[in-house]
Amino acid sequence: MADMAHLIEPVIPALRRYARTFVRDAAAADDLVQDTLERAISRWHQRRSDGETRTWLFTILHNLAVNHLRRAARRGREVPLDDAGESDFAVPSTQENALRRDDILGAVGQLPDDQRSVLLLVSIEDVSYAEAARILDIPIGTVMSRLARARARLLKLLEEQRKPASDRPHLRRVQ
Amino acid sequence: MSSHPITEDDLHGFVDHLLDSARRSEVQTYLDAHPEIAARIATFGRQREALRAAAAPIADEPIPPRLNVRHLMEGRRRSQAWSWRSMAASVLLLVVGGAGGWSLRDTAVERSEASGIAALAQEAAYTFNVYGADRSHPVEFGPTDKAQLVSWISSRTGRTVSVPDLTASGYAFMGGRLVATPHGAAGLLMYSNGQGQRLAMLVRPMAIDRDTRMSEHSYGDINGVTWASKGTGFSLVGPAPADLLHPIADEVRRQE
Repeated sequence: MADMAHLIEPVIPALRRYARTFVRDAAAADDLVQDTLERAISRWHQRRSDGETRTWLFTILHNLAVNHLRRAARRGREVPLDDAGESDFAVPSTQENALRRDDILGAVGQLPDDQRSVLLLVSIEDVSYAEAARILDIPIGTVMSRLARARARLLKLLEEQRKPASDRPHLRRVQ
Repeated sequence: MSSHPITEDDLHGFVDHLLDSARRSEVQTYLDAHPEIAARIATFGRQREALRAAAAPIADEPIPPRLNVRHLMEGRRRSQAWSWRSMAASVLLLVVGGAGGWSLRDTAVERSEASGIAALAQEAAYTFNVYGADRSHPVEFGPTDKAQLVSWISSRTGRTVSVPDLTASGYAFMGGRLVATPHGAAGLLMYSNGQGQRLAMLVRPMAIDRDTRMSEHSYGDINGVTWASKGTGFSLVGPAPADLLHPIADEVRRQE
């Protein structure tokens, strides 16, 4: 049992980071991580080997996160007032770097889910292309094409953000 | 230029530092000869670094208690000493849930969400937060309308629900109501002790985890014990510590 904790614990910060950057809601992200951990503990015998632990945890988390987003899309975002954290109401810091941080994560949030997942896993979580293919359950060729599209699209989004508001088209295409 | 041509995949591998050194230097040579492509790849590299920098603080945050693996493992085993705030009213909520006609719309999706008794436990805690704290209308049917309540819950959940007698544990039946959960209708039974402290039980049919042992949990200040038996799930919740709730849950189980 101690082994389980030793293998899972080091991955938790990365799981939280992936969940939060993927779903863009800190409370929901931690809920997903908690579900992931509970599931991992109860299904510990189902993972293939110790070396697989990280990939396996990310796979569980990703599937939960995709379901969460699907449900959220059906229902609209819900923030029960009692649960709304300060972060939901906080005025963003005006520090330049905090703004830029929001910029890039906000822009990533506008990518389609399937492109965003690949980009975050590969760029931030140092997941190899083959591991990403396993986590997302897609062929490696699809990983590569989604990564390429995500990077090109993110570049565009960031360029649009930098334009003054008057230069922006009044209507934005929503995919 | 090299034994095999440079691919887009190689360029991304270059950005992500995933190439072996031989291939890396071939790509570098190629980029040196193609400044426009090199500029695009450099942009992707900066994008990658900006993303990492933006996300890094998240991984530096201390892990909150609810994501502590040792706590979660301990909770699963049962002997967790739950911390709780003493409250004016300590309520225990027993919820029986019925999935009735709702059934799972999208089985594959629903199954990989918080599911089984974990979902029931969460629903019970949420329900308790609403009705357990309600002064004016905590229940829809009071103790004198027990028969009506039982028939209402039983017909909507599709389970024959009985109201456990918890007087031996010091809790009198207050009444109950039907509540909605993501998994369909559930019955909520409320109790209170001589000090007005409450507890509640949520009961509903289980599509998965149809027979499980008791597990303890806590959501915020609400603790609980949840289990399933013959396709019906039970979650006993309240602000009382789990080690006080557990013997009451045992009593409920005896009366099933």
